[in-house]
Amino acid sequence: MLLASSLWRLNELSGQVEHVAGLQNYRDIVTGPLYRIVTRRTLILAAGVTIFDIALAFPLAYYAARIASARLRPLLLLLIVMPLWANYLVKVFAWKTIVAGDGPADALFRVLGLHIQLGTSVWSVWLALSYLWLPFVVLPVYAAFERVPPSYLEASSDLGARSWMTFRRVTLPLVLPGVVAGSIFSFSLSLGDYLTPGLVGKTIFLGNLIDALAGIAHNQPLAAAIAFIPMVIMAIYLLIARAMGAFEAL
Amino acid sequence: MRKPTRWLALFAVLALVAAACAKNGGTTAGNGSTSSGPTLASFDPSAQGEGALNLIAWPGYTQKAWVRPFEQESGCKVSLKYGNTSDQMVNLMRQQGGTLYDGVSASGDATNRLIAGGDVAPIDTTSFPEYADVMQTLQAPPHNTVDGVHYGVPYMWGPNILMYNTNVVKTAPTSWNVVFDPSSPYAGKVTAYDSPIYIADAALYLKAHQPDLNITDPYELTQNQFDAAISLLKQQNPLINKYWAIYTDEIDGFENGDMVVGTAWPVNQSILVADGTVPVASVIPSEGVTGWADTWMMSANAPHPVCMLKWMEYSLRPAVQTQVAEYYGATPSNTASCAQLDKDLGKDAANYHCGDDAFLSNVALWKTPLSDCGDNRGSTCIDYATWTEKWLEVTGGA
Amino acid sequence: MTEGRLARVVIQAGAALAMAFLYVPLLLVVLYAFSKSIGFSWPPSLFTTKWFAVAFRDPDLMTALLNSLKAAVVATAVALVLGTLAATAVHRYRFFGRESVSFVLVLPISLPGIVTALALSSAVDQAHAAGLPLSFGIVAIVLGHATFCVVVVYNNVLARMRRTPGSLVEASLDLGADPLQTLYLAGTTQTLPLWIFNHIRLPVDRPIVNVVAMLVLIASIVPVWIAQRLAGGAEGEGVTAIGTPRGGAAP
Repeated sequence: MLLASSLWRLNELSGQVEHVAGLQNYRDIVTGPLYRIVTRRTLILAAGVTIFDIALAFPLAYYAARIASARLRPLLLLLIVMPLWANYLVKVFAWKTIVAGDGPADALFRVLGLHIQLGTSVWSVWLALSYLWLPFVVLPVYAAFERVPPSYLEASSDLGARSWMTFRRVTLPLVLPGVVAGSIFSFSLSLGDYLTPGLVGKTIFLGNLIDALAGIAHNQPLAAAIAFIPMVIMAIYLLIARAMGAFEAL
Repeated sequence: MRKPTRWLALFAVLALVAAACAKNGGTTAGNGSTSSGPTLASFDPSAQGEGALNLIAWPGYTQKAWVRPFEQESGCKVSLKYGNTSDQMVNLMRQQGGTLYDGVSASGDATNRLIAGGDVAPIDTTSFPEYADVMQTLQAPPHNTVDGVHYGVPYMWGPNILMYNTNVVKTAPTSWNVVFDPSSPYAGKVTAYDSPIYIADAALYLKAHQPDLNITDPYELTQNQFDAAISLLKQQNPLINKYWAIYTDEIDGFENGDMVVGTAWPVNQSILVADGTVPVASVIPSEGVTGWADTWMMSANAPHPVCMLKWMEYSLRPAVQTQVAEYYGATPSNTASCAQLDKDLGKDAANYHCGDDAFLSNVALWKTPLSDCGDNRGSTCIDYATWTEKWLEVTGGA
Repeated sequence: MTEGRLARVVIQAGAALAMAFLYVPLLLVVLYAFSKSIGFSWPPSLFTTKWFAVAFRDPDLMTALLNSLKAAVVATAVALVLGTLAATAVHRYRFFGRESVSFVLVLPISLPGIVTALALSSAVDQAHAAGLPLSFGIVAIVLGHATFCVVVVYNNVLARMRRTPGSLVEASLDLGADPLQTLYLAGTTQTLPLWIFNHIRLPVDRPIVNVVAMLVLIASIVPVWIAQRLAGGAEGEGVTAIGTPRGGAAP
């Protein structure tokens, strides 16, 4: 359906779709600099969000799975999942307030003596998206940590491996599929999100472009053609993730 | 556009129109393009309503204060969907062949698209007792009247004013150059409206500052006029803190100090004044302003046409229009509202220009840009699809 | 314990930082529910409880809440049946394409929300043009959720984590995080997230949204708590199993 409509085009006067097949829309995408710039920008954002989320999720999941006491663990997990219950938009607006001029983030940076203003910059979007998807990344990583059999670790230390060595040679390879599984969420969700960039930031991303063309300009054909960009990216990503065993860790 | 496609398009539109007519059969709403002439939908005070009414409205246009009395009086239970942009409204009106919503408070950049698409029903304006009191300029304006056929009744209108924070902008600006000039002292704290239609604001500025471009109408731009407007906007991009698409974006931006100057709707100013967090004022700059005049239009396939016509009649009443105007900060179309507005607002009423045809005719009201310039330049103008495309380039930083 | 002392400190600090990152914005949501001003400017002017009264009087809110509950219950039921069937099939039988089942099930949750939205709205438009009376009512909302929930159930059942009554928790999930962006493009039935979507952008109503968000958050903890009790000494596996695959379901 999406493929078919990406071949149609728009009637100028009525703004309605003409069902005439053609590759015009794809030609527009390939030749227009806008689409290349925005695609690149979106990929960088999605990668940045994913990296930040993994960096935060890793110690949290490690702590919850291996260090926290058996009594504390369920409570900790509940606390990690709970932000998912809060409405998406309300959380986005909270971030908008945090990064706005003279907001809490400004105050914090002033105390630290830094001259940083997040405002409507890409960094604000990056923070807000990282926040939104963090629980989705923590949980698969946590599950992966839990699945590491304690006997492996004992065996490793019995064989004389130092703790860092055990971590690198035994824990990390076993946890990696969980990390990749978590990254599927943060990456794909960042790739398609358009409300957060629209509300928090000033910069437009792929999702905004599709939304603007479909929801606003009603140029469904061109929007459908552009929608193929994130779809192709995700298909490639999923194939790689599957090869790394991430599907078993979902 | 290539030739064969145009014929196919025409055929497709005709087929759609025919289908719409066939579906409509004997109900009140006919369609404007049949050979026997349009069947006009007309208001009948004695008709029994369908008990429900689904409206698409700009936020703030349909508050409980005046919707509740309508529900009680007509027995039509109103369901509301807020539209945040003109483009979204057009999209919503077309959902499921126009059978979801009865009507929309469409601005002039949406109305012509809806008329051309056969999405809205022709209306017999003479059936509304209040229509005679509508301002002269809005009796049959091109944004809702085509070939003498009306497609709705006027609601509110207003200018896109230049609003500023008086704590930061000490002297009132007289020109839009505070938002367009690269050397503007407010760089980084400027805001602009996030819609392709904002290109017209740039064109209006160029009309005054680059007379050699010969811009006559900011919505009818030939290639080189359009290119000049786009490059002005790209040059403006670094000055922008954030483009506002939803009016609360601008209210938040002004309240937290991120924005200090930019184009605004009167309602944004009213809310900021009421909230009292930051002091704001507004002016009509020397280059003039763009503006909007909204029309209640009825879907050609409206599920509740009787209720919609009742709503149209209700929305034209002077008391209702005064109430909306005072809440929203917009100007009524019905001149009979002006006396009450003057009484309620005292000297503030002057800002409303109620019933002021001379003022309104100087506002460049939103309309859909078409390739047909509407004058002797023929089809050399830039159409709305291109406006949208280029606007994405401006905001996308390409 | 296999970690060194330093490693433990680093991990604990990282975990604390991550938790702070998760909770500061939520704290703000609660704070603004008591804000006197209608805008979200910093610092909030506290303290008023008037928005609670306004929220409870809003009839639209009650309709939206009811619709959300209905959608949640039906979607959960559908997902339970389909997910269990798929998992059982994969577990018990060998058939052509068996290896691809999880790929096919994961695909919809990893598709960017805007793409799903476009496909759905385009499908409805086409169906309508073809004369099918398909509409974006509660059915579409249920379908949207069920798609995501099927994967949850499928994975859980397959992993034989049957100790957890996932349904209860999913029901509450649907109140909080919806495929909002999907439904926003095309939805007409008012559900809770759509109500919030409409209201958070009206300056007069915004603190009410915070009140509602806060109350839903608190209300959602109850079923999770029950689930955890029922799961008994599973040490939180229940929460993991349920929480994980909401990925695609968030907007």
